[in-house]
Amino acid sequence: MSMRTLPLVFINLGGEMLYILDQRLRAHNTSEDNSEKVMNDIVGTMFSKAFMDELLKPQQLYSHRTLKTVLTRLAHASIMRLNPASMDRLYELMVMAFKYQVFLCLRPKDLLLISYNHMDTIREFVKDTPMAVNQVDETHRKIIEAYSSLSEGELQLLRQTLLTFFQDMHVRVSLFLKDQIQNPNGRFALTTSGPVPHGTDVPGLIRIFDCRGREVRRREFRSGGSYTSSIREGSFELHGNRVIRLGMNMYTVDHPEETHTSRAPSVKVITYGSPNPLAKEELNLLARLMGSMKTENKPKDESGFRINLFNTDKEEAEFLVQDEQAASELARIAGQFEEEEEEEKPEKPSNNKGEELLAMMDDL
Amino acid sequence: MYHKEKSIQIKNSASALYNNLSVLRIAPRRLTHFTVVHANMVNMVSASWDGLNYTHRQLQSKEPNVATSTSLIMQAAFCVLPSRDLLVVTSQKGIQMYESDGSIMVYWHALDTPETPTAQAVFARGIAAVYENYICVGVSSGAILVFDVPSKGSNITLSEVLEEHKESITDMASECSGSQECIANLVTADDGGNLCVWKSGEEFQLLNKIPGFDMSCSSVKLWKGTAVAGYGTGQIRLYEAVTGILHAEINAHARWIYSVDIAPFSGLLLSAAEDSLVRVWHMTITPETNSVEVVHLHNECVTDTQICGARFCDGDGYAFAVTGYDLSEIIRYIQS
Repeated sequence: MSMRTLPLVFINLGGEMLYILDQRLRAHNTSEDNSEKVMNDIVGTMFSKAFMDELLKPQQLYSHRTLKTVLTRLAHASIMRLNPASMDRLYELMVMAFKYQVFLCLRPKDLLLISYNHMDTIREFVKDTPMAVNQVDETHRKIIEAYSSLSEGELQLLRQTLLTFFQDMHVRVSLFLKDQIQNPNGRFALTTSGPVPHGTDVPGLIRIFDCRGREVRRREFRSGGSYTSSIREGSFELHGNRVIRLGMNMYTVDHPEETHTSRAPSVKVITYGSPNPLAKEELNLLARLMGSMKTENKPKDESGFRINLFNTDKEEAEFLVQDEQAASELARIAGQFEEEEEEEKPEKPSNNKGEELLAMMDDL
Repeated sequence: MYHKEKSIQIKNSASALYNNLSVLRIAPRRLTHFTVVHANMVNMVSASWDGLNYTHRQLQSKEPNVATSTSLIMQAAFCVLPSRDLLVVTSQKGIQMYESDGSIMVYWHALDTPETPTAQAVFARGIAAVYENYICVGVSSGAILVFDVPSKGSNITLSEVLEEHKESITDMASECSGSQECIANLVTADDGGNLCVWKSGEEFQLLNKIPGFDMSCSSVKLWKGTAVAGYGTGQIRLYEAVTGILHAEINAHARWIYSVDIAPFSGLLLSAAEDSLVRVWHMTITPETNSVEVVHLHNECVTDTQICGARFCDGDGYAFAVTGYDLSEIIRYIQS
């Protein structure tokens, strides 16, 4: 289907990931400096030119497995290390939030406004680091350039591709249940009320015309809903009021339980794409994305915060996949970066701060 | 007017694709086939009319090379021709044609896919059986492939490629009133909302082009020379196909329409959209006097569901069936 999903997928899922991490950092009273550092490291990697350019190449949306691997790698561009269980939960949370946004957006073009909402908030997170802000701005410009000319039909194809990717995921998120945007069975609430999308008329009117185009009759019908006219259109520029709220940060400091997830009873494990082995194209993409994620400035002083649950990235990669062949492929790819990193990462004993961070991630 | 009947459970949930439900009624065997697309496979269920027997079958999309990524299916539709019925499945890789019970694949046509992926997606979408022995299939480039289908066997050939649309084909439909007098017997629709009206034959003839307003037409039907089109804005428009005269415009839905269907013997019209509503209308079309009338009859709400397929199960519109994104059932309604 659509060959242009990846940039939006990473911006939105990455954005949700940053929202959650921000919430966790605040909930644990992490210092401003350390929070900023985590944010800057991840944003710097995610919005790096190399990574974004790879994403912007036309290509298919691959499996959840590949996506999770790359997002884990992104998270690890910072000082954090996530164990597989934490990453699984984080991933579910991110995907359900994005699924909610894609499902409920009034029209396909709103997908861009949702992405811009994410980028606006990310810009706020790194506002004190001019270089990071520049990277976000550059990416935003590239997105505007790549997507502004797409027709509604092409954007709907993109949306349908995303919906297929999220199909059958009904993980319950306590924040969504509390706000009643999700039902106990894991499905999102879709109301037959509210404003219609920009460009749509409120349903309820039939007009009949004669051969000369003059209206000869109009009749109203009961629409079965209570719709109102569309609200004003949000801004598609670099800066501006997006108007819609989808894609904005839903997490606050006061409710740490909001990031809890639970499986609905009959939820199935998602398998998208060939279950095994990883398709050759998919492995190539993975290698390219991992390769493009080399951060330019490696911080010199990384004391204390760098806790690795695993001894090597190889082991970590192996944990992320079930089948051996794909695991060894991924380990090989991850291993290529490990060799280069080893010189820069001297052995450091763990200390309290690091353990706190670890505990914080376990809360996810 | 209608009440809900027992749903048919399907093996997977329906994907968010236009016109994602096809129905074939087989009177001599007292059963009905239903097909629903889920990602890279087609779920087929055959239901006996007495409600006692349900047979399931799954058809996978064909991949020329296992090592490449999966091929997602865009649409599956039954094609009824005078001599035979076929099930046509369109995907990112090409077009598969099966015997109508899904038992044997009789034809495969691969789409030209570029070596390096381009930003423009490649897929086939839009299927129609056209008088007398043609099956037409649309492509993402806007081209329409016309296949000549013999009365039996697998010697199906590509007869013509129609290049009129500039945007991806979304849907197409042949004249369903059964009347041989209609001049036009095929209407095709694209992502820009443009409609092309054709007369079939050894060489298809373009009779008219009705411009869209840059709003995708996701579903179209042709009945008594009237093109009934559903759009992304939630509007339904009725055009006189050959002249392009707009006869009626309905602000029908609050979200993108995914399916329109017509019961040719009664003039009932079915529309379904992402707003979770299915609506039943009645059309009166008198070609002689050029008069068209549309009245609204009934609504059904499928709670919290973005509907992706809706079809009448018979020519009178006595029953209709509905599918929704993420839903693993075919919901049925019959007249009270």
